Amino acid sequence: MKAAAAVQSWKLCGFLRKCLFKALSVGSIPSHVAFIMDGNRRYAKRENLVEGDGHWAGFSSLITILGYGYDLGIRYVTVYAFSIDNFKRWPDEVQCLMDLMVEKIEELLKTGSFLDQYGIRIYFIGNLRLLNGNVRIAAEKAMKATASNNKTVLLICVAYTSRDEIVNAIKRSCEDKLDEADAFEGNEDIKGMNGQLDELEVLTSPSNCGVKRVEGVEMKNGIFKHVEQGSHQEKTDDIEKMHKYPIIKLVDIEKYMYMATRLSNFLLWQTYCCPLYAPDALWPDMGLWHLVWAVLSFQRSYSYLQKKKHL
Amino acid sequence: MHSLRVPAPSEHLDTLARRPSVDAPAGSRARGLYSSFVSSARLGRSFAAATDVAPREGEWELGGAGGLPAGLRRDAMPRHVAVIMDGNARWARRRGLPAAAGHEAGVRSLRELIDLCREWGIGVLTVFAFSSENWVRPKAEVQFLMGLFERVIKMELENFMREGVKICLIGDSLKLPKSLQKVFVDAEEMTKNNSRLQLIVAVSYSGKHDIVQACKTIAHKVKDGHLELEDISEGLIGRELETSCSEYPCPDLLIRTSGELRLSNFMLWQLAYAELFFVPALWPDFGKAEFIEALLSYQQRQRRYGARVS
Repeated sequence: MKAAAAVQSWKLCGFLRKCLFKALSVGSIPSHVAFIMDGNRRYAKRENLVEGDGHWAGFSSLITILGYGYDLGIRYVTVYAFSIDNFKRWPDEVQCLMDLMVEKIEELLKTGSFLDQYGIRIYFIGNLRLLNGNVRIAAEKAMKATASNNKTVLLICVAYTSRDEIVNAIKRSCEDKLDEADAFEGNEDIKGMNGQLDELEVLTSPSNCGVKRVEGVEMKNGIFKHVEQGSHQEKTDDIEKMHKYPIIKLVDIEKYMYMATRLSNFLLWQTYCCPLYAPDALWPDMGLWHLVWAVLSFQRSYSYLQKKKHL
Repeated sequence: MHSLRVPAPSEHLDTLARRPSVDAPAGSRARGLYSSFVSSARLGRSFAAATDVAPREGEWELGGAGGLPAGLRRDAMPRHVAVIMDGNARWARRRGLPAAAGHEAGVRSLRELIDLCREWGIGVLTVFAFSSENWVRPKAEVQFLMGLFERVIKMELENFMREGVKICLIGDSLKLPKSLQKVFVDAEEMTKNNSRLQLIVAVSYSGKHDIVQACKTIAHKVKDGHLELEDISEGLIGRELETSCSEYPCPDLLIRTSGELRLSNFMLWQLAYAELFFVPALWPDFGKAEFIEALLSYQQRQRRYGARVS
């Protein structure tokens, strides 16, 4: 009896959620959302859990939010899982996070249902050379296993910082240009640097570890388009168009009415004009309503910018 | 000619330019949908807490160490504050004034902020005066702004010399009118030895372009054999950015007014670890109270830079 009631209640919630998403879809839905998953340790402390359990709770939150996001129509999700700066943490915690990553990747691949349900293609972005062998192997396995999925995309930033990404982009650009110069013995044209940074060498270029850069990702025109064009504004190629997404940064419970957050060296280049959102929650607390508010915040920004464009 | 220290030229501006007090209802400063998001997201207690914490008018003359308002700690003051001064045009529209009046009122807010930074020992203040994207604005407004910058710098130069303010320009200065370029060059030269406060003015500036020009400089050096590929590092890029004119090129705190929650292509590299503080008030309404709120929030936040702080 209780089980039947629970099932009914679950089905009703699902129906109501679908209605809510339909209502939200009347406005623009961001095609790409990036999350900084901050607050796991503080969550564990608050709930009197062992620290590692905060990260487990964070992973559950991730799966939940991914489900809601993809159901809502968000096609691309980027998450900040582990920064290069995080290697400064206690070795035990770093190891715990690495173990969690490997375990969860294996679990997702074994069951497969969540990945198949949403047709998720996974990319690991970052300086993967900094990771242990088993984590790198697990990451490459996940990318290979989901290579044929084409409905939605999940970009997981691990051993990543935006500045490191840009440094690698420049190095690769210089390397490529020098190789061309050697080959053709011509004067090198540095003007191409601009375009190179856009074609992304920067975003989703899994750096120097030999993993292929993102290819074949079909990006629709970002719903949230470039509003202004400057003379040095890069050509709006396909990759550039995908750089329109709000960042949802989970912060401490904020005391003041104003919104305070930080980027934490995440996607600095890519988020140059995208709306930011900092809900009043730790990452494991992140739920449906935070996502809804974030999308509403995005829709408000989008409509304001559209209006500004036409002024 | 008029000084920033007397009421603005417009008759209406002075009466209309009153800033709402800290006690004012949230709605008077945070209008529209944004206020409902903020207040609902923060469940009301945040605003109450803000009014409890922020000193009332006049309170900051008393207490605090070394002239700082009560509640602010000198050892935890940011070294570099950056501001996106947004909302002048909206401020003017709400009062039925032309956009020019909003920009004039904005200059007064900036003047006050410069004074506060100087008094409270903040070393660098960067202001986003004009973005590379702003060139698409109506020609009349752009011309007015260029004229305003020129007028303000000329007028304030004497004050800057007396107050120890060093002025620096970042951005694509070649796009500016020749007369404004000259004014900036002269002002930079004249104030180069000042050391109380460095005022970095970002005009025709793009964070992306800043990174690209740094990369191009580095690429040239590699091509010419002055640099090896392995030598390319974050530090090297940082030194090639336009903000290398400053001892502290990376802001600790970014404040953006008018409730817009984005960076708008401002100092992308430099803001990697900055505390971002978004204020619903429009820039001409940004004053001492709002700045104190931002500083209090900054001081409350624990800056870990990704590591663990035990």
